[in-house]
Amino acid sequence: MSTLSIVTESAGRYVHWGVVLISVTNLLIIAAMVVVFVLALVVPFGSGHEQATDQERREP
Amino acid sequence: MTTRTDSPAPGDTDEAGSWTARLRSRIVGLVPAGQALPDRQPVYLASWIYVFGVLTLSALAVVILSGGILAIGGAAWWHVSSLGLFVNSLHLWSVELFFGFMVIHLWGKFWMAAWRGGRAMTWITGMVLFLASIGTAFTGYLSQANFASQWISAEAKDGINSIGVGAFFNVLNPGQMLLWHVVLLPFGVGALTVIHVILVRRHGVVPPIDAADPSTDKEA
Repeated sequence: MSTLSIVTESAGRYVHWGVVLISVTNLLIIAAMVVVFVLALVVPFGSGHEQATDQERREP
Repeated sequence: MTTRTDSPAPGDTDEAGSWTARLRSRIVGLVPAGQALPDRQPVYLASWIYVFGVLTLSALAVVILSGGILAIGGAAWWHVSSLGLFVNSLHLWSVELFFGFMVIHLWGKFWMAAWRGGRAMTWITGMVLFLASIGTAFTGYLSQANFASQWISAEAKDGINSIGVGAFFNVLNPGQMLLWHVVLLPFGVGALTVIHVILVRRHGVVPPIDAADPSTDKEA
């Protein structure tokens, strides 16, 4: 039976969930990366100038 | 001084007889004209998810620069010098950012199926580059010259021996690991990075799944 627990040892804090054993630090880093990934998908990308098409560039 | 007027102009040489001309035409043909350093990109690139590839490259540049400074100082400099400690930390944290950016880049490319449109080798070189970078980082842990590197090498030796390479890749030999870390593996990572970027420029950045691919002019 797997239970979720946080194991405190002198070397740091670990999350122990069944066969998964990961330090809280590494878990937070992974969570932060997922947050950055989602933000990269949803945050609008500012455009400094209008995107001109090839046709517009040929006809200034 | 004499001037020969009968010599062929550059580009007019017989390519069959000149390896220089063949190499030149091969290099010039690596990417389409104007695509080596394009100043304009398709509109679908206006998304932050497309930024993480170049962020990875930028972090790699800091990794190489700080690693070069550490090499000038020597294998124990970062233990006895405040400047050495700073550069050592710069090297560590640029590696952390390098991997963070690279993994987010990987996630983005995986979910947009970036191997579409003849880009399989771009994907494969990226994956091999990821693995080579992990190997380079691990040998970096073994090159710290402290108790942590001793502990990690003792933990790693059984794993390395179990795959049968311990005879010539000895993680308990810090001199050998340092040379793998600063010469052989960075050369591999650097070469793979160049190939990966050339392939990206050659085939173009993969479009979103429902967008038209400018390189093929058809829906991706």
